[in-house]
Amino acid sequence: MNFEEHAAKPLLANHGIAVPASRLAKTPDEAAAAASEIGPCVVKAQVPTGKRGKAGGIKLAANADEARTHASNIIGMTIGGWPVEKVMIEAQTPIARELYAAIVNDSASKGPMLLFSPMGGMDVEEAAEADPNAMRHVVIPIAEGLSEAAARQAVSGLDLNAVEDDLVSTLLKLYEAYRALDAELLEINPLVITKDNRVIALDCKLTVDDSAAPRQQEIIGLAAPEKYTTLEAAAAAEGLKYIELGGSVGVLANGAGLTMTTMDAIAHYGGSPANFLEIGGEAYTKAKTALSILLENKNMKSLLVNFCGAFARTDVMAEGVVSAWLELKPDVPIFFTIHGTGEDEAVALVKDRLGIEPFDLMDDAVKAAVAAAAN
Amino acid sequence: MIPRKSHTILVQGITGKQGTFWTKAMQDYGSNVVGGVNPKKAGTEHLGVPVYATARDAAKERPFDISVMFIPPMLAKSAAIDACEAGTKLLVCLTEHIPAHDVMEMHVAAKANGTQIVGPNTAGLVTPGECFVGIMPAFNERVFQPGRVGVISRSGSLGTLVSLNLTQAGMGQSVFYGVGGDPMIGTNSAQALRILDADEKTDAIVLCGEIGGSAEEEAAEYASTMKKPVVAFIAGRQSPPGKKMGHAGAIVAGGKGDYPSKRAALEKAGVAVADTPSALPALLSRHFAAA
Repeated sequence: MNFEEHAAKPLLANHGIAVPASRLAKTPDEAAAAASEIGPCVVKAQVPTGKRGKAGGIKLAANADEARTHASNIIGMTIGGWPVEKVMIEAQTPIARELYAAIVNDSASKGPMLLFSPMGGMDVEEAAEADPNAMRHVVIPIAEGLSEAAARQAVSGLDLNAVEDDLVSTLLKLYEAYRALDAELLEINPLVITKDNRVIALDCKLTVDDSAAPRQQEIIGLAAPEKYTTLEAAAAAEGLKYIELGGSVGVLANGAGLTMTTMDAIAHYGGSPANFLEIGGEAYTKAKTALSILLENKNMKSLLVNFCGAFARTDVMAEGVVSAWLELKPDVPIFFTIHGTGEDEAVALVKDRLGIEPFDLMDDAVKAAVAAAAN
Repeated sequence: MIPRKSHTILVQGITGKQGTFWTKAMQDYGSNVVGGVNPKKAGTEHLGVPVYATARDAAKERPFDISVMFIPPMLAKSAAIDACEAGTKLLVCLTEHIPAHDVMEMHVAAKANGTQIVGPNTAGLVTPGECFVGIMPAFNERVFQPGRVGVISRSGSLGTLVSLNLTQAGMGQSVFYGVGGDPMIGTNSAQALRILDADEKTDAIVLCGEIGGSAEEEAAEYASTMKKPVVAFIAGRQSPPGKKMGHAGAIVAGGKGDYPSKRAALEKAGVAVADTPSALPALLSRHFAAA
């Protein structure tokens, strides 16, 4: 789950991290009203993606009229494929210095990691790539958490003087928020030191672990919507992962690895996959729902069903496909290859009720489906 | 560690629907299940073995080498820590969708207790002809046959397909090592390669990888030091970048972990990469013919 700036910043503030005063606006008039309350402000596009500034989605406004003009230009823009539907009107901050701070899940150490850079701002990724020393990495032992000593070490050598204690305390609060929110990524860029020596989060990027949703109920409603097509959204509502790919050979398989392999094999034999859709894991009883979603895709000219059941029982999946097929009676050629748990029952079911002989080899099934789609 | 017939096995969550189905399958195949865990059914018997409140309780009466978890995601952390503290040598964690922060804490407990974790989100381990631990169709003789080729896979379904292709070509397996599809797994592909490299019953290894992460690049580094032949298949050549393909691990961010870089790393290490799983047996035959 991704959180836009306007949703993420109050969560930081809950943990004691300072953020500028702000209001959310959906129209130029709302933006002007907010600006007349806040004073000199920044008009910021709210989309769950980076590089907003470079795309022209962040503008300074001295007064309400300027805020209205900027808002009317920004609302309706498309940034990183996302339409801008709202802007944040935020008080301007007198910046002395821009830093970068983030806590991420680090798969190498299998624990949290603090990233800190004295070179915050728009080009921090490029700066870190050009000079590896620009980004400081601190592995955090999850049993103990981020210690004050480790945080102080991370910001050392920057001539921070009076503001160092504040910065260290901000990093400790950032870690606290990361843990409390089940974050995969909690990033402040820039983290600024103001001309009057305050430490303020000027932006915030938050990604919360989808798997933690059951215990993060309070914040789920604040997450940005996923960028789905109509069919992808319908699948997501049923707990299925469906991605449209634009080709003509439909894919229904179990397990992410096998589904990707099936797509690869389709391309290898000269076809193009119409979709990614897998019903492995706990979703293996949803074959019927999956099939009705696939059939909505009018680009699909043939359908390949590839089951290699481990946990997912092929007899249960085949039963779902066969009954849906008989009910929906689609005018699309379908090809099967089935192995693994429940294989004998599944193969018999497809033969008896659909009169179709499953292929023993995946490659043969793929070739047949590709040929049928080309006709 | 490679599961053997002699290893004793504990099943956490033995009384549930899946726990029951797969424990019975494991027992029928020859796996030595000595006990189970369900706090609400402690003191009872299920599938012929005693049920305990915790893995620590079980360890006192029925010592075990391996524990396998049929535990829902939000309860997985405490079950895993229980198993580690009970002294299990190997913990097979099948559960998918465990919160990442919980997984990190599980790895801390494993390290403190000297436990090897396989998974999370693994389909388990199969030693054909001896035993299996997990949710693989070990009992399907068209898929698995005893032999001398080791199979390592992040995905259970792809591992099943590859084992099937080997069996169809007359090549049995010494072990199937499902390392799991999560981003933070206890035993990665490189470590599994090391385990199979040291196994006297394994002559050659098939590595089944996926786009995303750096597991294949790390495995390639280890493979370059090996004498045993390694061949590979990488799933996800056709997957669009930036999209999560179900496995939390299978996501390509900014060109890192993409198909070309993984294939290049493996080929540089002398690992031949097949375009489709059905081409793997021929790549292996080439090695055996050369030997």
